[in-house]
Parts: sequence; structure tokens; C-alpha cells
Amino acid sequence: MALEHADVLRAAHLARLGLDESEAAHYLDDLGRILEMVDQLQGLDTEGVAPLAHPLDATQRLRADEVTETDQRDTFQRCAPAVENGLYLVPRVVE
Amino acid sequence: MQWETVIGLEVHVQLATRSKIFSGASTAFGAEPNTQACAVDLGLPGVLPVLNEAAVAMAVQFGLGIHAEIPEVSVFDRKNYFYPDLPKGYQTSQMYQPIVGPGEVEITLEDGSTKRIRVHHAHLEEDAGKSLHEDFHGMTGIDLNRAGTPLLEIVSEPDMRSAKEAAAYLKAIHSIVTYLGISDGNMAEGSMRCDVNVSVRPAGQEAFGTRAEIKNVNSFRFVERAIAFEVERQIELIEDGGEVVQETRLYDPEADETRSMRTKEEANDYRYFPCPDLLPVVLDQAYVDHLRDNLPELPAEKRARFEGELGLSAYDAGVLSASRAMAEYFEAVKEVCGDAKLAANWVQGELSGALNREGLAIDDSPVSAAQLGELVARVKDETINGKAAKQVFQALWHHEGDSADAIIEAKGLKQVTDTGAIEAMIDQVIADSPAQVAQYRDAEPDKRGKMIGYFVGQVMKASRGTANPQQVNALLKEKLDALC
Amino acid sequence: MHDKTLTELAAGLAAGEFSSRELTQSLLARIERLDGSLNSFITVTGEQALAAADAADAARARGEAGPLTGLPLALKDIFCTRGVKTSCGSRMLDTFTAPYDASVVERLAAAGAVSLGKTNMDEFAMGSSNENSFYGPVKNPWDLAAVPGGSSGGSAAAVAAGLVPAAMGTDTGGSIRQPAAFCGITGLKPTYGRVSRYGMIAYASSLDQAGPMARSAADCAQLLGAIAGHDLRDSTSVARGVPDYSEGLDAPLSGLKIGLPREYFGDGLSPEVEGAVREAIRVYESLGATVREVSLPHTHYAIPAYYVIAPAEASSNLSRFDGVRFGHRCEAPADLIDLYKRSRAEGFGEEVKRRILIGTHTLSEGFFDAYYKQAQKVRRLIRQDFLDAFEEVDVLMGPASPTPAFDLGANKDPVSMYLQDIYTIAVNLAGIPGISVPAGFAGGRPVGLQILGTHFAEAQLLNVAHQFQQATDWHLRRPALAEETA
Repeated sequence: MALEHADVLRAAHLARLGLDESEAAHYLDDLGRILEMVDQLQGLDTEGVAPLAHPLDATQRLRADEVTETDQRDTFQRCAPAVENGLYLVPRVVE
Repeated sequence: MQWETVIGLEVHVQLATRSKIFSGASTAFGAEPNTQACAVDLGLPGVLPVLNEAAVAMAVQFGLGIHAEIPEVSVFDRKNYFYPDLPKGYQTSQMYQPIVGPGEVEITLEDGSTKRIRVHHAHLEEDAGKSLHEDFHGMTGIDLNRAGTPLLEIVSEPDMRSAKEAAAYLKAIHSIVTYLGISDGNMAEGSMRCDVNVSVRPAGQEAFGTRAEIKNVNSFRFVERAIAFEVERQIELIEDGGEVVQETRLYDPEADETRSMRTKEEANDYRYFPCPDLLPVVLDQAYVDHLRDNLPELPAEKRARFEGELGLSAYDAGVLSASRAMAEYFEAVKEVCGDAKLAANWVQGELSGALNREGLAIDDSPVSAAQLGELVARVKDETINGKAAKQVFQALWHHEGDSADAIIEAKGLKQVTDTGAIEAMIDQVIADSPAQVAQYRDAEPDKRGKMIGYFVGQVMKASRGTANPQQVNALLKEKLDALC
Repeated sequence: MHDKTLTELAAGLAAGEFSSRELTQSLLARIERLDGSLNSFITVTGEQALAAADAADAARARGEAGPLTGLPLALKDIFCTRGVKTSCGSRMLDTFTAPYDASVVERLAAAGAVSLGKTNMDEFAMGSSNENSFYGPVKNPWDLAAVPGGSSGGSAAAVAAGLVPAAMGTDTGGSIRQPAAFCGITGLKPTYGRVSRYGMIAYASSLDQAGPMARSAADCAQLLGAIAGHDLRDSTSVARGVPDYSEGLDAPLSGLKIGLPREYFGDGLSPEVEGAVREAIRVYESLGATVREVSLPHTHYAIPAYYVIAPAEASSNLSRFDGVRFGHRCEAPADLIDLYKRSRAEGFGEEVKRRILIGTHTLSEGFFDAYYKQAQKVRRLIRQDFLDAFEEVDVLMGPASPTPAFDLGANKDPVSMYLQDIYTIAVNLAGIPGISVPAGFAGGRPVGLQILGTHFAEAQLLNVAHQFQQATDWHLRRPALAEETA
């Protein structure tokens, strides 16, 4: 499945990675070769094979509904780039 | 042209767990910003989700409540997108294998008829945080207390054909989740939120029209109004030769209109894939059976029982079973007084009237069910008459006494049934009303029935409302007729 | 003191030959002297280490010492450590101080181990050479021109250079076993779910697994016992008893059935590496094992499947690094989208971006079934290959890597770099355990023998590896470091 310049830009946008045109061109080349390698998968007949999401056939364990966490806002916000009045700040979001 | 409206609803219900769906942080509403957002809720590096048992149980209870299939296996997926109130850059949700399969909800329309609305599925997911837009030097503030609160998203089939049906469906969902106790259903606090899909098509046409999705319509009233506006808009658009665009719209209650949300530069691509941090949820039959066996009676069953066993009218049964609080109150009153119809009349009449006047919910009623029950019992055993009963109710409402009996006693409202006492009052009234007696005597016998009302009123007044009205009536008739 | 095994150091502490403080001081001094050229540490936590050493000595004085009390080690900088910078080798987390300890860190501390610091690594564990670190490449102690392998390159180099007797690594596609092989040490990747991933910064959640890197299988057994076990905070950790991994180390190997996967001895395998591995297998035969060839027919699909699954999970796992709540944030963002795009473009290095882009692309609409779903199906076939093989044999053996450590800068092309992991990657897809043990040299650089077992066969792998180390001395060889030769 051939990769195009627009695919790289689209992925970069979805992943919120700033790329300029020349970087995009560079990644297009790399990603194209990686996908070419990955495309070997298409040659394998997997009819009737169930996808495997986890290596062990384990099932989800459930947690009792208990409040176990206490307020650690100050600790957590010490590593935050911008906070005010306990809120994380980001550039204005327009709805 | 005749148009038909087609509506489907996605209802998000916050589940009433103590802790979050994937962390041990509290879900309590109204805390200081970010004080209930733990490392997992904040999506700090290295932390992992662990699923809350209560959220699973509540989802299954809902499924059982709408007679849905409960699949043995359900799987959590990640819905990937960037937004500041979504800390991990993905929402953990269920795309391909939801916890609740197809089911149905019965709605009651205003004319008392019912209709079944199919539910496509319901799935568990985590709520996002909140963006606060008040001015932080041109910045937006992010509060992640709500992030990770468990949500059950209930997706209906496009089975509703009017705004009224949609509102009735939303009320039915509200009633089911509050009956089950799996949500407080508080729409003002966002415990229940609703996205509405609306389209129109020429009557008789099978294919659906292009739909618009109206986001975050958060009250029963707004659902009706948003749909009404949107339907008008779409019909007008088509009739003017235009086309409905598939888009997301926002309902503005102030302007009472929907408007297009700023179209994103490209369509979303959420890149759903199974969450590798969570394993498949497998529900064994015994677990589901246990939840089924412990399911409370739900509104539809209650309504049927009120009508069938208790002999209430369809209307009364519907109103009294609409909310769990109302039903519980009514049943408690009925228990104490032992008369379902009287209890229904009082709860629906005097009590509901008073609550409505003061804008109170039944949970906040100043008169408890036990108090009202005792009051109704005194009406039933004729200790007091209807007029006195209303006085007692007012006294209870204003906390002038702890119980109906105490108030009856203190106010001397006990019904007078002593014939001698009543006769004495009648004799006095007759003696004091020579003109009226003369009129009565001169009237045609078939007109006299109406004229007796004056004498009854006077006797009741003389007894300060405590005389038994039936007795007064009978004795008066006897005595007046003897004068003719 | 610096070339002793954990077992020997434990004996020295127990006999009172030296204290944990003395041991810690001596190694901190060695790090100070030697790590300038190796670059194996990102953060050295001398002060905390000495405090922990004193606490260990005090515990010992009270008679409360366990097998790991007072023993120094290092942690790959992927493990969150409370109050200590946890960078994951990335500029993105250069300023991040973790507010909590990873489960592995907590368990080692509870066992009395003394952490000397955080080791260098490929950024977000993405790499096979440790050249993808924001903090610069790590050098191989055997040859400073060579890479130490990756992504746990700092841990491997630090152990090989005698800066610490042991270190913790993580392995998503070979990141413990390959650097262990390149640096001539012993490294164990446990069964997926054996060790809690809580507090370990995720690369590919369904593949990541933490494990010990040390100078001997016996040391790895000791460490695995300390870190393994169920953790309520990790849904994927397995609720299953933890055996005493040291107990069965001495069991004889007579009758052991060894399988040699045909596909692990094919094209691209360096003849010298193959020679060393074949020689190691002869040692096993002399110990009473029987050897036969087996087939893992889907081996060649492992790298393609991995480069769909791992980047897909990574693209999602790394979305939380958005410059909002922690981590790098660009200067003066114009708007929200600018905040995201520049913070992430500046914070992530090239290989990380490459994998995020691949993962984002393969998950996107129209590609999901062809890539991700197909890769998951292939994953099942790959696991089945191993399960079938373990019906016939007890363990599988082969090279850990097709070549010994290559030169820094030698693999510029990402695809050829990815192909280096051909023998290690399928193991993560299958979730089985694997260990790499030193088995000779090729061109003066160490060669690793990889031994694989079925799910939860760690005790057997450790026994098989330990018996080899009783019969050979490859694991006792130490590089001649510049300072010492001078």
C-alpha cells in the first residue's frame, strides 16, 4: 500500500506532530520503506485466525469500588508547565 | 408535503459509583479543581487502569432492566483524539464489543399509549474533564476532577418519530437508571447528557434523510425544543431546495435554536483499537443471574402492578411509577393507610400540588410518607372529614405538629358523629334562619335538595368543620322536611 | 568489589567484610571515574543511595537483612522513581520528576536493594543501539567504538563495566536480551505479565516487560524473585504464585530436550556468532541434553507484525505527552494546536516520531483491518509456532542477535536496524520468557546465547542458563576499561 506525502501530513496532524515540508519528505521515504517491509503481512493467509490482543488468554480482574486516592494536586502540579488556581492552563479553546 | 421526523438518542449516564471507572479517585461532585484527579486520571507516565466492579455491575443491571442481551465478553477500546480535557489523548470506551447488547425501552405517551424503542447497545466509557473558559489571561483552565467518571452510553435505534417521543424516551431512561440506583440522574449537574440525531423524510419514504447531530442537550425540555427547532429548520431547508448537511450542531437554549459547530478542518479519525492495558471482561452466567435476581421492580412492572393489583387508573399508575422516589413515597403512604386509591388521590392531589407550588422534589417534601399515611388513615376511618384533613395537611406541611393525630387532637378537628350534638346545632341553625326555612318550605319538593346546601354550610361552620357532613345532610333533611 | 556477582557481594555483606555504605561509595566513585566515557547513567542518585545503604546496614545490624539488603543496582530510566528525574531518554521528560515509584522500584526498595541511579536508554525504549537517547549514545565497555545495544543499553553497559552488579531493564522486542548479548552479561525477559508494568513508562503495552540484567543467571534468579508477582495496579499482571527461582538452579540437565529453530540459523547470521552458539550447544550436549532441529515457520513475519502492533500502541501511549500536565512545553504557543504540535515536535526525537507516524497511519481509517487486525492474527500464528515447538522440546536455543555489537553510526537506515531484532522480537509477540547468556566472542565483542521457554518457564530457563555458567566462564570475562589498562 503505497504511502503518499499527504498520508504523512495527515498522520502528523492526527498525532499532533509539527512537521515542516522537508521533514515530511524525509519521513515519507522512511515510512515508505517500513510499510514495504510491513506489507509482507498481506501475503499471509490468515483466514479463520482470530486476532490476538494479549499474549496470555487472561481476563480482566475487577477492582472493588472504593475511594483509595487522596488529594495530591500540589505534588502532581509541581511538574506542570502552567497552572493557576489549581487549573492546568492551555491556550484558549474555542468551542 | 407531509414530513416524518426520525430521531435517535445517545444518552450518557454518569454511574453512581464511589470511585472512578479505572482509578480509586472519588467521583463526588463539586470538589476544588483537580483535587479528585489522581495519577491515573491525569494520565501521568507509567500508570495503568484497573476496572471498577461497580461500574460493570451497574451497566449489566441497566442491560437487564431493558431486557437486553448481555454478551459474555466485552472489550475496551481506545478512541484517540487530542483535547485538553482528555488527559491521555484517548478515551477508553467500547467500540466493537460493548457490555450491553440490543434491548428495548417502553415509553408512555401523553395519551397513555405505549411504544417500544429499541436500544442498539450500551457501552461503558470514561468521562472527560472540564474546560473553564473564564478569563485566565486569555487562557483556558482545565479541571480533571470529572475525568474518569464512569459513563454508560445508551445508543437507541432511530425509532422515535416526534420530539415528544424523544422526551418520553429520555424520561424513561431517567426513570430506569434512577430506579436501579445506578445514577442520580441529575441533569443540572451533568449526570445525564444527551446527543440527539435528527432527520426528516417525506411521509411514506423508507430511506432515512441526512441527519444532524445535536450535542449536549441537557434537559427534558431542551430535548423537545431543540428537536422542534431542528425539524423546522430541516424541512424549511429542503422545501427551499436546499440539502441537509450531516454535521454536529449545538443547541443554544437562550436563543432557542441549533447552530452548526465550527466544522473541523478534516473529519475525525479516532483510530479505535483494543486497549492493551485492559483485558477482555468476561461475565459468567452466575454473576449475571445474581444481578438479575436482585434487580428492583422497574417502572414498567410497577405501573402494571399499580393498575392491575391496586386498581389504580392507567393515568395514576403512570404518574405514580414515573420516578422511583414518587413510587416509594406512594407505596409507603399506601402501606400506612391501607387504601391504595385514597393514597393515590392524596399523593397526586394535595401533596403534588403543594410540592409544585413550592418547586420541591418529592424527596424534599416537608410531609413524610408516614405522616401523610396516618392522615389518610384518619380520613379513611372517618376520624376527620375531608375539610379537616386539608387543615391537618397544611399543619403538617408547616411543621405545626409531628403527626396527624397530634394535630387533630390539638386543633379539635375530630369529626363529630354524636347525633345529639349535631341535632342541637341543626336546631340552632333552623331557629336562626327563619327566612331560609320559609323559602325551603315554599319550594317545590324537587328544588329543596339544592337549597339544603345553605343549612349544611351553616351547621359545618357552627361545628368548625368537624361535623360529619353525611350525617349533617341526613339529619337536616329529616328535620326540614318535618317542618313542611 | 566491582567485578563480583550479587551473590558474592551478598556473602561479603553477610560476613561483615564490607558494609553497604562502603560498597555503595566504592561504586559511586567508580561511576564518577568511568561513566564519562560510557554515558551509561542519565542520573546518579548518590545521596539517596548512601541513605538507602545506611538504612540497609542498620537493618542488617538489627538482624533484618534479606537476600538483597544493601546490594546496589541501577534502574533503566523508564521506571518512575519518586522524587527523582524520570526521563525515559527523552527531552519530553527532561524536567519530569516522578511523583511515585514504579512497582518494580517499590519491590526492590522493599527488599533492601540500593539504587545508584537511572540508566541511559533509547528514547521511550525505541531502538536497538542506544543511539536514540536525548542524553547521547552509550558506549560498549568492550569497545568504545561499538554500541551497547538497546534499548536497555545503559543498564547493560553499566553492569558490563562493573559500575553496578545488576540493573533493571525492559524488553519490548529484545531490549534486555540484545544489549545483554552485546555487553556480555546475562539478561532475562520474563513472561508477559510476570512483572508489574505499573510505573514503567509504556512503549507498547501488550509487549513491554521488565526484567533483570546481571552478571549471572543466579543473580537474575534472585532479582526476578524480588520483582515478580501480581500487582493490583496492573490489570495485565498475572495472579500466579512466584516460585523460588534460586531453588532449582542446580538441577542437572540430563534429558533436557533442546530445540534449535531452523529459522534462527539462516541468512544474515554472522558465521562467528553461529560458531559461538553451536559451541555453546555442544556444551549442553556434554551436560546430557539432547538437541534437535525444530521450525518456527512464521518467524519472518515477526518483524512486520511487530512494526504494526508496537508503533500502533506507542502512537496512542505517547499521546499523553502533550505539554499540558507535565513534560516539555514549547515557548509561547499561539494556540492549542500550536501547543501540541510544537511541544511534541520539540520533545520527541526522530525515531519516536517515526514510530508515532507509522502507528497513527496503520490505525487510521481504511488501514486498520489490513494492518493492525492482520498483524494481530499473525501474532496468534507466531505464538502457536512456539507452543507447538514446546510440545516437542523443553527449551529453544539460538543466537540473541545475528551479529555482535555493531559500530556506533553503522546502521543509519531504520529498516536495517529493525531487522537486527529478528531473533528476539517474536518472543515478545508470543509473550514467552527468554534469557541471553554470554557464550563467547566474535571479533573481540561478546556473543549472546538466547534460551527460550514456554510461558512461566523462568525457573527452567534460569536453571539451564546457570548450568551453562557452571560449565563455562564466559560470564566471568570483564572488559579492560581504558582507565584500568592505563
